[in-house]
Amino acid sequence: MSKVDPKADRPLSPHLQIYKPALTMVMSAFHRITGAALYFGTILLAWWLMAAAAGPDYFEFTQELFGSFIGRLVLLGYTWALMHHLLGGIRHFIWDTGIGFEPATRIWLARATIAGSVSLTLVIWLIGYAFRV
Amino acid sequence: MVQFSLPKNSRLVEGKTWPKPDGATNLREFRVYRWNPDDGKNPRLDTYFVDLDDCGPMVLDGLLWIKNTIDPTLTLRRSCREGVCGSCSMNIDGLNTLACTKGMEDIKGPIKIYPLPHMPVVKDLVPDLTNFYAQHRSIEPWLQTTTPTPQKEWRQSYEDRAKLDGLYECILCASCSASCPSYWWNADRYLGPAVLLQAYRWLVDSRDEATGDRLDALEDPFRLYRCHTIMNCANTCPKNLNPAKAIVEIKKMLVERRI
Repeated sequence: MSKVDPKADRPLSPHLQIYKPALTMVMSAFHRITGAALYFGTILLAWWLMAAAAGPDYFEFTQELFGSFIGRLVLLGYTWALMHHLLGGIRHFIWDTGIGFEPATRIWLARATIAGSVSLTLVIWLIGYAFRV
Repeated sequence: MVQFSLPKNSRLVEGKTWPKPDGATNLREFRVYRWNPDDGKNPRLDTYFVDLDDCGPMVLDGLLWIKNTIDPTLTLRRSCREGVCGSCSMNIDGLNTLACTKGMEDIKGPIKIYPLPHMPVVKDLVPDLTNFYAQHRSIEPWLQTTTPTPQKEWRQSYEDRAKLDGLYECILCASCSASCPSYWWNADRYLGPAVLLQAYRWLVDSRDEATGDRLDALEDPFRLYRCHTIMNCANTCPKNLNPAKAIVEIKKMLVERRI
C-alpha cells in the first residue's frame, strides 16, 4: 500500500475566473469597493477642513487643488461612491426586512440603485454649479 | 480567506482536442475540465465534439456520450438523470446547475464545463464535498422533540406544513453554496446557503422543539452572518429555491427573540 495522502495535492476548482457575473453579484462587489472608496473620500474631507483651519494661504492652495480638473474628477467619483453606497445600504435594509428577494424585484432594486446613484450625483453637481460664487 | 487567483497546482493548462466523430454533421463543441490525480500534472481543458444526431438533448447526455464513445476516462457523478438526486451538479456555461436538467440548446457557443467552483477536486468533474456534508451534519437536520412521542404521527396544520414549501425541495446538490463568494472565501467557518436553508427548514417546522438551541448554534459572526445577500445562490438554484430569503428569515428570528 502506498502511503501517499490522496487529498494532499488536490487542485482547487476555478471560481471567479469562470463564474458568470450576475447583476446582484457585481452590485455586491461595488458596494464593497465604494465603501472602501469612502475612507479615501473622508480623508479628502478632513484635509479640506484642516486646510480651512490652517489659514488663508494653505486653504487657497487646497481650493485650487480640489478645483482643478483632476480634483473635480476625484470629487465627482467621491460623490458617486457616496450615493451608490448610500442607496446600496437602503437596498440591504429593505432585504433585511425579508422583502425584495424575488428574481424580478432583486434585479429591479439593483438597477434602481445604479440609476439612483448616477442621477443623485448629477443633481448634486448641478446644484453645486448653480450656487457657485 | 479571500484569494482571487488559483494556487499554482490548480491553474489550467492547454488541453487535448479530441478528434471529431467520423461522418457526423451535427456537432456540438464541449470544453471540459480534466484533472487526473495519478499523472501529477495541472488541470486542463479538453475539447470534444458531440454528435447531436446520436445524443439526447441535455448536457448530461452529451457528457455521457463523450464517456461512452470518445473518452471512457472522463469522470463525473450522476444518478437519477431527472433532477431529484443532485449528483450531477457542476458549473455549466458559468453557472452552477444540474447537468441532467440543463438543455444544450439553452447555451450559446461551446459548452464549457467545470466542477463546482472553489472545491478540492477528486478527479475531473468530481469535487470533494466532505466539508459540505459535515456542515450539514452540524446543524442536526432531523426532528428534535422533548414532549413524549405521540401514539400516531406528529400532527401539523395545513398552514404550518405550507411553511416548509420552498425548503423541503432542496436536494443538497451544493450548487448554491459553490456559487457563493462568501462561501468561497470562508467555507471553513461560514455554513453556506444550502446548509442554512436546511437549518431554516428545521427552525420553521412547527413540530420541532429545539428552535432555541438551533438559533443559539447559528448566532455567530461567521456561521450565519457571512451572508451578504449577494444572491448568487438564488440565481443559480436548479430547483428555483431561494436560500438568501431563508437566511434573512433566520436573521429575523434572531432579532425577534431579543425583543
